[in-house]
Amino acid sequence: MPPAAVADYRQNAEANEATVTTDTTLIYFSSVSENTRRFVEKLNVSAARIPVFPTEPQLIATAPYVLLIPTYGGERGKRSILPQIMKFLGHEANRANLRGVIGAGNTNFGEYYCIAAKKIAAKCNVPVLYTFELMGTPEDVLNVNEGLETFWAPASHKKK
Amino acid sequence: MTEKIKLANKVEAINWNRIQDDKDVEVWNRLVNNFWLPEKIPLSNDIQSWGTLTEAEKLLTMRVFTGLTLLDTLQGTVGAVSLIPDALTPHEEAVYTNIAFMESVHAKSYSSIFSTLASTKEIDEAFRWSTENVNLQKKAQIIESYYHGEDPLKRKIASTLLESFLFYSGFYLPMHWSSHAKLTNTADLIRLIIRDEAVHGYYIGYKFQKGLEGASEERKQELKDYTFELMYELYENEVQYTHDLYDPVGLSEDVKKFLHYNANKALMNLGYEAMFPATVTDVSPAILAALSPNADENHDFFSGSGSSYVIGKAVNTEDEDWDF
Repeated sequence: MPPAAVADYRQNAEANEATVTTDTTLIYFSSVSENTRRFVEKLNVSAARIPVFPTEPQLIATAPYVLLIPTYGGERGKRSILPQIMKFLGHEANRANLRGVIGAGNTNFGEYYCIAAKKIAAKCNVPVLYTFELMGTPEDVLNVNEGLETFWAPASHKKK
Repeated sequence: MTEKIKLANKVEAINWNRIQDDKDVEVWNRLVNNFWLPEKIPLSNDIQSWGTLTEAEKLLTMRVFTGLTLLDTLQGTVGAVSLIPDALTPHEEAVYTNIAFMESVHAKSYSSIFSTLASTKEIDEAFRWSTENVNLQKKAQIIESYYHGEDPLKRKIASTLLESFLFYSGFYLPMHWSSHAKLTNTADLIRLIIRDEAVHGYYIGYKFQKGLEGASEERKQELKDYTFELMYELYENEVQYTHDLYDPVGLSEDVKKFLHYNANKALMNLGYEAMFPATVTDVSPAILAALSPNADENHDFFSGSGSSYVIGKAVNTEDEDWDF
């Protein structure tokens, strides 16, 4: 495609982007390695997945949710937030409904452990709720299940 | 050892404009951008600190680093190269050549540490020890025998266990010194190696899982059993090796926790559940802090035990393309 055609295509993509909405309380990203998906499947909550491929419709959150995302190291902290996640957060509704971030990562990356989750939390003014490594251990599953339950409980009381 | 390592049967010109698996490009870019050389690390700043170690501690350190040198040499000249013939895409082949080269850089960086800190006599003695230590030789032989084996997925298992498990009895020590503010520049160099091994283990483990796709249930079960058997075999040997090295300084029990913790991560890289329960993976916080300097807050908002409810600070995000 010549450059002009690429620009056109992008404009159209912005304007006519296909979307699906979700009101789940947990939204996650997992690359084709599926590590993060494996963790999410062990949780007691239903969750929606941010699209991996650009051909899939964009996910729009219509209710408050927690974001669970991996960090694959990054390059001295740069390019740590994957483009799919950035695109997802590019939608105002997805930022407005974000309440907290859970990070998956690997302590081998040292000071950049779960850096993507930390950056998003800082940028969107929400807490990092929890971090775990790779697919998570049984203890991580337990902690996140219990943690999410109590995290949402007070909010739902307030509404009533 | 006269047998030849298998080479790829057929080579086609690699076209980086046609990508079958985006992971290949992603990992290639990560590895290239993470490239480093030992000459960039001011190791000579550790000379004074080296002088404060006891003779037993110096001997231990030299031995640990020759052990790591052997593993990196093995992975650079045999391990990563042995994965090339079975690559699923030409880009995967290219990633393995990158991994192989980087392992050679790692192996060479231990020599940089040696030449900065030790005498030629001490260095030669440590290398002689590495050829004579039964458990070190056994660990290299176990892995090497699988690299020469026929099963491509078993080679990936062996390779992932090497990258993500076998190095850690050695990596423990520089993290231990670092937590005591000793050999801190050496620790900086080792952290770069630790980071690289994480990408290597992740990638080879991912390719293993791609290779499993479409396999029969029997085959999947066979490979799973094989992984855990090999893990046990290596683990038993690692425990012996750990006692050999660390008993004189009284650190063996803490090193073993670090082994368990990393064994779990190696299994997860292959897509399997962790094997060691949390009760035996509680690595000392000082070691974890040394692994992840400046990232010492424990992010557990849920339990309230962490120190992490610090939000609302303006943080400059450096991602150029971060624009919402």
